[in-house]
Amino acid sequence: MALDKKIRELKEKREKMLLGGGEEAIGKQKAMGKNTARERILAILDPGSFNEYDMFVEHDARDFGMDKKQLPSDGVAIGTGTVHGKPVAIYAQDFTVAGGSLGLMHSRKITKIMDHALKMRIPLIGINDSGGARIQEGVNSLAGYGEIFFRNTISSGVIPQISVILGPCAGGAVYSPALTDFVFVVDNISKMFITGPEVIKTVLGEEISMEALGGARVHCETSGNAHFFSSSEEECFSQIKRLISLVPRNNEVGAVITDPAPPDSSYDIDSIVPGDPTLPYDVKDVIRAVADNSDFFEIQEMYARNMVIGFGRMGGRTVGFVANQPMEMAGVLDVDSSDKAARFIRYCDAFNIPLITFVDLPGYLPGIDQEHAGVIRHGAKVLYSYSEATVPKLTVILRKAYGGGYIAMSSRHLRADFVFAWPTAEIAVMGPEGAANIIFRKEITSAADPDEVRRQKVEEYKEKFANPYVAASRGYVDAVIEPSETRRLLLHGLEVSENKHVQMPAKKHGIPPF
Amino acid sequence: MENKENDRLNLDHTWYTTKFSKKYTERKPYAAPVPGHIYSFIPGTVMEVLVGVGDTVNEGDDIIILDAMKMKNRIKSHVSGTVTAVNVKEGERVAKGVIIAEIS
Repeated sequence: MALDKKIRELKEKREKMLLGGGEEAIGKQKAMGKNTARERILAILDPGSFNEYDMFVEHDARDFGMDKKQLPSDGVAIGTGTVHGKPVAIYAQDFTVAGGSLGLMHSRKITKIMDHALKMRIPLIGINDSGGARIQEGVNSLAGYGEIFFRNTISSGVIPQISVILGPCAGGAVYSPALTDFVFVVDNISKMFITGPEVIKTVLGEEISMEALGGARVHCETSGNAHFFSSSEEECFSQIKRLISLVPRNNEVGAVITDPAPPDSSYDIDSIVPGDPTLPYDVKDVIRAVADNSDFFEIQEMYARNMVIGFGRMGGRTVGFVANQPMEMAGVLDVDSSDKAARFIRYCDAFNIPLITFVDLPGYLPGIDQEHAGVIRHGAKVLYSYSEATVPKLTVILRKAYGGGYIAMSSRHLRADFVFAWPTAEIAVMGPEGAANIIFRKEITSAADPDEVRRQKVEEYKEKFANPYVAASRGYVDAVIEPSETRRLLLHGLEVSENKHVQMPAKKHGIPPF
Repeated sequence: MENKENDRLNLDHTWYTTKFSKKYTERKPYAAPVPGHIYSFIPGTVMEVLVGVGDTVNEGDDIIILDAMKMKNRIKSHVSGTVTAVNVKEGERVAKGVIIAEIS
């Protein structure tokens, strides 16, 4: 009987904790279109797989009347479970409890599950929904953030770290997502900023809404801080599950291998790229024409659209695709697109995911704004990350590969393992117009009809140099291939590179241009 | 250089006397984007203007073809509505961020 009573007592205690901030607060959360912390965890994890820890943790703050306040589970739920049968560690801040504010014990729960994730080498998913630091706990709250940031950093490149912003994430709190690999946001729910609209108004007199300052769309389109946009929490959860299914659990094991599947036969790879090098097309069609099931999981779809990055599978194995997008900004490299590509390349390298690069770019974007924004430094990130990457690197030059852009986009010179070029490729130091104007300047300016001579010289240059064969004659391109041979050769290249082994010089770490 | 009167910064409800950087002083104030304004996202030469004042356009329709970076870039409308102004002519060189057309 005594045992029965004790079990009943436990059940009651648990129920009380699971109710978080209580019915009223939950009602408010729901009215904002938001799920509760535990509902979110359950929606991401496999049914019945969640095990919660530290449910009975309490804060011990005494100042400002905190000693009289009870905060169930101290405003955060932590635990482990599985996604697609693979273990993950997860935490979710509970906005219904003191606005999800982060105090010392709240942070200790988070760091406990982070330590588990790192020790067990399993992915970490963090769900952020918090008003920020628990001011009443003073510097203890800052200490909590610092401990989280430190763990984010040392876990980086060891286990996948995913941040989900499902509410406010303001002030110092934003640095945890910023240090993790992938940030998921939901329209009208996610808000991220260092200083809010109120402060901006006070300091600068500028007025802006929370949504326009740090909403989901802004971080996906403009700042590039977020990677995945969705219009509902449910859509967001399925994106997270998809990502988890594609990436390895840690940096020592490979991703789950599925059965190889051919691409959708409706993609006619021979007719995607227009012969006229000035006409745009969608490079994602090329990716879909070679990927298993034509499945392409794009990352940062709305940011720096002139560069396309994302995961897919080739022969059942996860690969990272990087491609210039001629349809947007002519596919140029600029500050934002360099930044976007470089980080993804480093992610793939850290987690042993082979890189497949499709090249079609006219070069770096000219402009005062670009130069002043440091395109030199940012552009260098692409060179750095491709050079540093030791995973299999396969490159297909579809059309234009001019100048510095040619070098940067996984060229032989940065140690690409296989470089293929389509017959439409134009691999040259610069475009025909520019080159002819420089090389034949004297002949053009001294001619009776400069325009006619210029036209002739451009033609001459095009004929001689705007093709893949000059590069192929030097061995910079391994093979000039028909578009329809691309998938077969990529699969072969991946197979050959499976046990790729390169030794880089021993060092503590490099100094990338960031 | 002496601190000017306005080189004062308010952080967490406290005023600090300081020196502003050139970048900070010259920053453009934030202006909310106008949905019906179609901007040039890249500097280039207008090859073709595909709409005229009074035309009805749908989201995703091409507005102009802009020759830039060796590419015939299609600048599309991101809204549906009626064209109220076209601010560029064929053959004209445009900078980045110019309002090409206005749609209401």
